[in-house]
Amino acid sequence: MNVTIGLEVHVQLLTKSKLFCNCGTNYRDSEPNTHTCPVCLGLPGSLPVLNKKAIEYGTMAGLALNCDIANEMQFHRKNYFYPDLPKGFQITQYDRPLGQNGEIRLDQDKKIRIKRIHLEEDPGRLVHPPSARYSLIDYNRSGVPLLEIVTKPDMDSPQEARSFLKKIRETLEFLDIFDGSLDGAMRCDANISLEGGGRAEVKNISSYKGAEKALSYEITRQKNLLRRGKEVKRETRHFDESQEITRSMREKEQEHDYRYFPEPDLPLIQLTEEKINSIKEKLPELPEEKRKRFLDQYEITKDQAKSLTTSKTLANFFEEISQQVNPKKTATWVTDSLMGELNYRDQSLSESNMNKQKFIYILEKLRDGDITEKGATKIIRHILDEGGHPKEIIKQKDFKAIKSQNLDQIIHKILEKNSEAVEDYIKGKEEAINYLVGQVMSETKGKAKPADTRKKLQKILEGYDG
Amino acid sequence: MNHIESILKIKKGELSSLEYLEKFIDQINKKEDEINAFITLNEEKAREKAKEIDKKINNGKEVGKLAGTPIAIKDSIITKNLRTTCGSQMLKDFSPQYDADVIKKIKKEDGIIIGKTNCDEFCMGTSTETSYFGPTHNPIDHEKVPGGSSGGSAAAIKYGASPFSLGSDTGGSVRCPASFCGTVGLKPTYGSISRYGLIAYASSLDQIGTITNTIEESAYLFDVIKGKTKNDSTSLKYPDRDVYEELDTDISQKTIGVPQEFFGEGVDQEVNEEVKKSIKDLEDQGAKIKSVNIPSMEYALAAYYLVAIGEASSNLARFDGVRYGHYSNKNKDWEDYFSEVRREGFGKEVKRRIMLGTYALSAGYYEKYYQKALKIRTLLKNDFERALNESDLLVAPTMPFKPFELGEKIEDPLSLYFADILTVPINMVGLPALSVPSKEEDIGIQIIGEPFSEGEILSTGKIIEEENQ
Ligand SMILES: [Zn+2]
Repeated sequence: MNVTIGLEVHVQLLTKSKLFCNCGTNYRDSEPNTHTCPVCLGLPGSLPVLNKKAIEYGTMAGLALNCDIANEMQFHRKNYFYPDLPKGFQITQYDRPLGQNGEIRLDQDKKIRIKRIHLEEDPGRLVHPPSARYSLIDYNRSGVPLLEIVTKPDMDSPQEARSFLKKIRETLEFLDIFDGSLDGAMRCDANISLEGGGRAEVKNISSYKGAEKALSYEITRQKNLLRRGKEVKRETRHFDESQEITRSMREKEQEHDYRYFPEPDLPLIQLTEEKINSIKEKLPELPEEKRKRFLDQYEITKDQAKSLTTSKTLANFFEEISQQVNPKKTATWVTDSLMGELNYRDQSLSESNMNKQKFIYILEKLRDGDITEKGATKIIRHILDEGGHPKEIIKQKDFKAIKSQNLDQIIHKILEKNSEAVEDYIKGKEEAINYLVGQVMSETKGKAKPADTRKKLQKILEGYDG
Repeated sequence: MNHIESILKIKKGELSSLEYLEKFIDQINKKEDEINAFITLNEEKAREKAKEIDKKINNGKEVGKLAGTPIAIKDSIITKNLRTTCGSQMLKDFSPQYDADVIKKIKKEDGIIIGKTNCDEFCMGTSTETSYFGPTHNPIDHEKVPGGSSGGSAAAIKYGASPFSLGSDTGGSVRCPASFCGTVGLKPTYGSISRYGLIAYASSLDQIGTITNTIEESAYLFDVIKGKTKNDSTSLKYPDRDVYEELDTDISQKTIGVPQEFFGEGVDQEVNEEVKKSIKDLEDQGAKIKSVNIPSMEYALAAYYLVAIGEASSNLARFDGVRYGHYSNKNKDWEDYFSEVRREGFGKEVKRRIMLGTYALSAGYYEKYYQKALKIRTLLKNDFERALNESDLLVAPTMPFKPFELGEKIEDPLSLYFADILTVPINMVGLPALSVPSKEEDIGIQIIGEPFSEGEILSTGKIIEEENQ
């Protein structure tokens, strides 16, 4: 059965102040209702004043998503009552949005068309204290700028929806206009239908995982209905994140006539071609461009280039280290080891204990043969788990590689202890050498380099033969 | 008595601000009970402020343009820590946490807020009878309405409770009471005064204006409060000039346009005649008189009401009893709670307009009503532009009739709406307009000009004023 998915993604833009007032947007660690003023509380007599930075950020996003940017745009009022909505309407864009007709590529053969993007204000936040018979309202979030990105129904699986969301995050983070690590910074609604059934709109999705879960649940639900010959109703459903299911919303909540009309308190906004072009010129390198450049500039694999450009922090991390250490080695160690260890710990690079200086130190020690690969991995793990500088860790934990002279002594000791294996080898059973290498490694607790050990063993054993 | 002279005396230390204030408070004590021009009086704080200003002057310090003069403020304008009700039960105990832009300007110039004046609930009315705080009586004839919605401001000026006052005008709310109470009311160009802190009725039509006894006082007060502010994106930069200094009573080079539709059906004969007398006076002073037309005038009232109530239905959505204003202690889910608060807190006329406005913006009706009204708005703009190309100013009646009896029309909303017929077109096109008394005290003459022509229309008003003295 064919699945059709379209998304409406809301992302908070990282402007310093709110969309229509001077209150700060960094509300997350603040006491409730401390980032408020007459405007974002909707006090009588207050009026909105547009934050121009939000238009600039929205335009940057629009250009990165290949949208046509409007030269003249307008705000509308979307009228509805809800306790988190202080004015009884949301200021949003309606028939004259910021951008239209965009697209973004997920990979070589899949692109998702963007129907439109527009700016609007975030409502406040309802807080439901456990077991209380009331709710509390925090207006700190009220008026934070949101960019809404509406796709065409171009996705055909929950996995694809998830990659699209990741792609959006990646792109907007490269522009420094969005921070996906902030709680609730990205939310989305999804439209999903199966061939032969009505379309369900699923609201209240607040993570990539949530998107995949909600959509998978919907596919199963709709499939089951269709299999039993039942109708899939066209309706709005609510995603329950904790139970990972969707629920039909009350009919009353579905019937909305938003009575859109032009916001009379805000004049039309003009955006000249010159202004759009000047924003375009200032646009930083986007993931796709960076990927191509990395491939051209450094001898790394396609997969590595792709992984290294999934976030701006990571890309910069790689590129700055590559100025001092061999890029190919750096790429391998960043993508294979560091990223794996970070994923395992569910950490992002920026929030981890690792930094450029530490990583450069490890790679240089490795290059000079002072530590082994195994040692390097252990040092990385140690830093991620407990912090510290590799110099100290090498000293304390005795991660120093065994130097040649010492290795000779240990090899001789092992050969004496394992005469049977030595004899087997001499008789032509070449695998026996593997056993001997293993013994040396275990004796040195991994501080000997396996390749060196093998070479030395071969040389010494050749002497036995004579 | 011209109150600008009093200000100059205060500045020079020849008159104490407190003494001056007490004269008005005396008058309030004598007559306010009969008139009911104020919802909230601010006597004590006003006295403190007056003493402060007297002290400043005695110490030889510089004081502002309004040095120690009282001003009555319509209760639709937000005043910090001074109850602001907008004539509604919904806000009957509302004490704002900020000052409107105009109040900031007045305070900066050392004006003293003497009280908050009565008005129709959320400015929806033509008689000040829809106020939750009871009607205001017309000081000229206590049985008559003072006009509305800024009836309290006009009445306060008329009975001598304050030398200056502010009103707000969405469809005539400054000019109508000015006309009914024999005072001067100026509704300036849309955008010339910041609306930040004016409780919105219909944002694209609302404009703060002045009500005073004389033209000069209106010009003087307008100069203090005009100009763009950063808080109101629709406010406009006012040409760099002082309207008060610009007043000039030479009209010999001007052409006065007389819009025929303003003298048509529904306009009382007596009104027509009074206005024509004044037009004749202007002609005698050397002005050319020219007949002009506003053909789309016949749709203006209907279109105005659609725009006004559409915007109002949205502007008044914020009154939900959650953050401020009237609330309920009943334990209900939010939808029922909102309904209850709004059912209790709003009066009949406000509910009528919210419901009609909601309907006019609804899916399927928007194109039929609201959008059509916007088209008529464009037609009106073109008509007025043409009329003002053919002439310098338009002169017409302000109200189609004289003040009516209290209670006479309040049960008949349509006839009340009709009273706005000559004032609403001006709000639809954003032009400045003035109402100045004719020879007959309670018949106002409306003078309409091009954007930012406040100086010109006030000058013309001054000629009429002088003729009638
Ligand atoms: Zn704010």
